[in-house]
Amino acid sequence: MERIALLSPVCSPHLQNYPLYIRSVPTENELKFHYTVHTSLDVVDEKISAMGKALVDQRELYLGLLYPTEDYKVYGYVTNSKVKFVMVVDSSNTALRDNEIRSMFRKLHNSYTDIMCNPFYNPGDCIHSRAFDNMVTSMMMQVC
Amino acid sequence: MTRVEMADEALFLLLHNEMVAGLHRAAEQGEAENGRCITKLENMGFRVGQGLIERFTKDTARFKDELDIMKFICKDFWTTVFKKQIDNLRTNHQGIYVLQDNKFRLLTQMSAGKQYLEHAPKYLAFTCGLIRGGLSNLGIKSIVTAEVSVMPACKFQVMIQKM
Repeated sequence: MERIALLSPVCSPHLQNYPLYIRSVPTENELKFHYTVHTSLDVVDEKISAMGKALVDQRELYLGLLYPTEDYKVYGYVTNSKVKFVMVVDSSNTALRDNEIRSMFRKLHNSYTDIMCNPFYNPGDCIHSRAFDNMVTSMMMQVC
Repeated sequence: MTRVEMADEALFLLLHNEMVAGLHRAAEQGEAENGRCITKLENMGFRVGQGLIERFTKDTARFKDELDIMKFICKDFWTTVFKKQIDNLRTNHQGIYVLQDNKFRLLTQMSAGKQYLEHAPKYLAFTCGLIRGGLSNLGIKSIVTAEVSVMPACKFQVMIQKM
């Protein structure tokens, strides 16, 4: 069971985070998943602000395991343009290694970059690209 | 410089010049239209800047602070778009940055002094938008203006807006 969400802060006075794209396989328990993703945003923000202060060498974009709950593991990734990717994976799926997760985020980032360069896409809109959907589907099929 | 690189540069230069000329041709005569064309060019630059910065920062490390971002714009970003770096970056450490380019690529073909000075702003609008779009996608809201006193040198002034 695996779910992928893309969240983005808008440069508005309220600096809201809202999802640009959410996808999950299978599709039950969507609400619980939305909730998990939103709570993990706090952890993401914490990690980003901690990076400025602590002398962490981690100037990477990949944030790693955000927090494990008893059912899920949540991974995060933030781009330089402040777009956050959150991936929720079933805890029972122990076959998924760290570098596999990294490469999945890499693919997501590459596809997101391609979408940005599409002149018909307005930054901040929800993502309705078929190419992106196909990429996410193939990625999730590999894992599940 | 290989042939492929040279063609690359000329393409953007010529396209940009045509863009400016085309937009002004389509507009009617009058001062108001002139301002509107410049705004259109700036907005085009904004959208392009957003997409470009997404591509360029895909593999770079996370930026430490505002100054880091401005240095990135002056070095890597400027080099990738204009094949050279910004010659001088000044700041008052309170949100105002001045980027000075002594031989701005989009103006070198135009003149080497004061000739055509009144037309220069039209050719700087797109680049102002480029900078503003790039910064906006990195989370910085700004206002970018440009001034020319002697071509082909020009200065871009970036005013960071506190949100």
